Amino acid sequence: MATTEPKPQIGQRRLRKEDPELITGQGNFIDNISVAGMLWIHVVRSPYAHATIKGIDTSKAERAEGVVAVFTGETLEFAGPLVMAWPINDQVKNPAHFPLTKDKARYVGDPVAVVVADSRAGAKDAAELVEVDWEPHPAVTSIKDALKDGAPIIHEEFGTNNAGDWVFERDSPAPRRNPSGPYFEDPELVTIKEDYYLARLIPNAMEPRGVVVDLTASMGEYTVYSSTQIPHILRTTLTITCGIPEAKLRVVAPDVGGGFGSKLEAYPEDAICLAVAKKLGKPVKWIEERSEGYVATLHGREMHQTIELAATKDGILKAVRVNLTASMGAYLRIITPGIPMLGAWLYAGPYDCEGYDFQYTNVFTNNTFTDAYRGAGRPEATYAIERAMDALARKLGMDPIDLRMKNFITNDKFPNYTMVTGLTIDSANYTGTTEKMLDILDYADIRKKQADSRASGGTKVIGVGFSTWLEMCGIAPSRVLAALKYIAGGWDAATVEFLPTGTVRVLTGVSPHGQGNVTTMAQIAADQLGVDFEDVEVLHGDSQVVPLGLDTYGSRGLAVGGVALYKAGEKILAKARTLAAHQLECSEEDLEFAGGDFTVKGTDKSANIKALGFAAWAAHDLPDGMEPGLTATHLYDPPNFSWPNGSHACVVEVDTETGAVEIIRYVAVDDCGVQINPNIVQGQLHGGITQGIAEALFEEALYDSEGNLLTGNMTSYMIPGPPELPSFELDHTVTPSPT
Amino acid sequence: MGRIAVTVNGHRHEVDVDPRDLLVYTLREALGLTGTNVGCDTSSCGTCTVHLNGESVKSCTVLAVQADGQEVTTIEGLATNGDMHPMQQAFTENHALQCGYCTPGMIMAAVSLLADNPSPSEDEIRHGLEGNLCRCTGYHNIVKAVQAAASA
Repeated sequence: MATTEPKPQIGQRRLRKEDPELITGQGNFIDNISVAGMLWIHVVRSPYAHATIKGIDTSKAERAEGVVAVFTGETLEFAGPLVMAWPINDQVKNPAHFPLTKDKARYVGDPVAVVVADSRAGAKDAAELVEVDWEPHPAVTSIKDALKDGAPIIHEEFGTNNAGDWVFERDSPAPRRNPSGPYFEDPELVTIKEDYYLARLIPNAMEPRGVVVDLTASMGEYTVYSSTQIPHILRTTLTITCGIPEAKLRVVAPDVGGGFGSKLEAYPEDAICLAVAKKLGKPVKWIEERSEGYVATLHGREMHQTIELAATKDGILKAVRVNLTASMGAYLRIITPGIPMLGAWLYAGPYDCEGYDFQYTNVFTNNTFTDAYRGAGRPEATYAIERAMDALARKLGMDPIDLRMKNFITNDKFPNYTMVTGLTIDSANYTGTTEKMLDILDYADIRKKQADSRASGGTKVIGVGFSTWLEMCGIAPSRVLAALKYIAGGWDAATVEFLPTGTVRVLTGVSPHGQGNVTTMAQIAADQLGVDFEDVEVLHGDSQVVPLGLDTYGSRGLAVGGVALYKAGEKILAKARTLAAHQLECSEEDLEFAGGDFTVKGTDKSANIKALGFAAWAAHDLPDGMEPGLTATHLYDPPNFSWPNGSHACVVEVDTETGAVEIIRYVAVDDCGVQINPNIVQGQLHGGITQGIAEALFEEALYDSEGNLLTGNMTSYMIPGPPELPSFELDHTVTPSPT
Repeated sequence: MGRIAVTVNGHRHEVDVDPRDLLVYTLREALGLTGTNVGCDTSSCGTCTVHLNGESVKSCTVLAVQADGQEVTTIEGLATNGDMHPMQQAFTENHALQCGYCTPGMIMAAVSLLADNPSPSEDEIRHGLEGNLCRCTGYHNIVKAVQAAASA
């Protein structure tokens, strides 16, 4: 008998399954996890940006009340250094980075010792008693100074602070259309050359990091709870650093209070906690303090950009040439040297042109290491090309929108257009999102108001700026990653299982921390399998519950993990169809599937998928050779990146006397293809726009000449609060991906 | 160590505290009320906001001994008889949370805001919540949720 057909889920503004616990204070964040008998860890960090360790006296700390042990780099053994997973080419200079430095500190905050005690406060108090005999050296915290002759050398073994370069012509597996050189020598073309500096940023996920390690000593089994975006990758890297067999290591990301890339890391503290638990045979806990996190958690951005454009006098873009120098900070962390490369194919933006060159140089400095932060390499590209397009428009005397419209890759080129940088965009809608954005903005009216504000002679004038962007998302096809010298793959996995009581369990290998994948994946599965949204449970973030996965970063959760789920669902439907045909004594071709029911065409004979799930589980009457159970796993390796785009406008009022900037309007029209849940899409945009505004107007990590972080806590580093931001005007177009 | 008596979410507790203990850690670790989160160490982020005698305070800047004899309400005490507070309902209906870490403090601050000003303008909401930071939502949907709760 047919049941009521569930409403289609795709496109519904479903309220999130995640919310009930989070709005009632029942979230399971890392600091809420305690284990009986656990000890507390406090990390002793370098107060110097660059100083040799001549000796460490731990005796006073060891005698302090409640202290169980004190370890230094000499007494806490590791099987190997922290894993750096992206050796971009054979030029890369990768220093061995151990969780506790032995020879010298290379940034303020570099871990040098750990105190283990029976209380949080006791460990912190005793850390004050660890005496390090320092020999300070001059520090270098500026990218340009670090490359000068005579600069303090951060890693002596290399004899230079140059950590290696990456040159498009030599290193990109996808060739660019033409070299850029001839265009910049063509006297008929107009050229511009711009130099930009992208400030160093501190990610500031609202939840500080933390690690809890539990263990079954007799079995050599360890459970690491970490506030991480990458439980699966962390399991693999901790195996290498701590020498614990991977099958004996379980990594759990509990509720994680934001990441933005800052929890995409194999951190010293993850390895330190595991190593201490192993050494002492006791569970341990470390919770980062916020001001500690300002130096201990990765930073983002910081690079100098030189971008050159060549164009005809009437504004046809012909070539783009880019040269970057990027701060690595003191060490290369898990993907630090590859971050600038994530922009390598995007510095021409959504514009068609003929010539392209790109290269970057990585530089060690005496700062906290950098790594992936909010877009990681890709927003850097958008920033450069969009500012440069404005500069070109000014030089040509053109309207910045007219210049963009004239150069967009047009919709008739799709599907599958190979852009100047050699990668193939499957679909996009650059002109369409821009037209819609201008319409919402009422561009002519804004320009009139701007002219009026200038003519009035007052101190408040209107400005308007645009960003018309594309990104390569859904990271990433594994074969592409191989060609880029990243050591792992880019697939993800999902398992779908009908449980005997009629509900569906989804295991996803991505590890969301605010993105709402428990909700959107339930929507996908409910629609595809014809079951109720409420009957789908999505589990994630525990390497024992979900053994297969590659986690959440690089705009991949739904684009890769969601497709893996859909492909697993296809396997489920194929098996259920075979079983339904067996039960209904018909051929599979005679069945149609809708609303969870397989119905024999032209009859009222049907079998519901939940009943089929039970029958497959009971296995009393299966076709010969069919395995019991209605469950399927799929590992999905994307054939291409996904290519979302959008057009944003920001209208500001600037006080010409004080320089104060007030955002009057922010209009954004984006195209991510089909939206599973528009509430969640919009929420992601709100957050992204806000961190962009923060980067432009408020946030910057500043150091003094000795390498001390001057913006070292939330009072001195300006995170925008509610009064600093406007409400946003969002709209969208929908251009489905053909792949 | 000294003993304080504090009423939390309607229940009276006697707790041994050190003079330096912060209220937030007494709530979290002595009373097991882990819904109140800690987001900073400089009283900047508002994540730890609770109500002390009906007024919102950052519980990382209140010593536990200062709460002696006082009444505290935390996020766990906001729902009544299993029914969510209108502000909690408004937060989920308006997708005003993503990772959820700032959410308990944000909800407590927003409830306090409406107690002082039952029908605030957008500007008043934004300034009323200026002590609470969120890194996920850009505050857009938080403002909408407070507006919705105000008109509920």
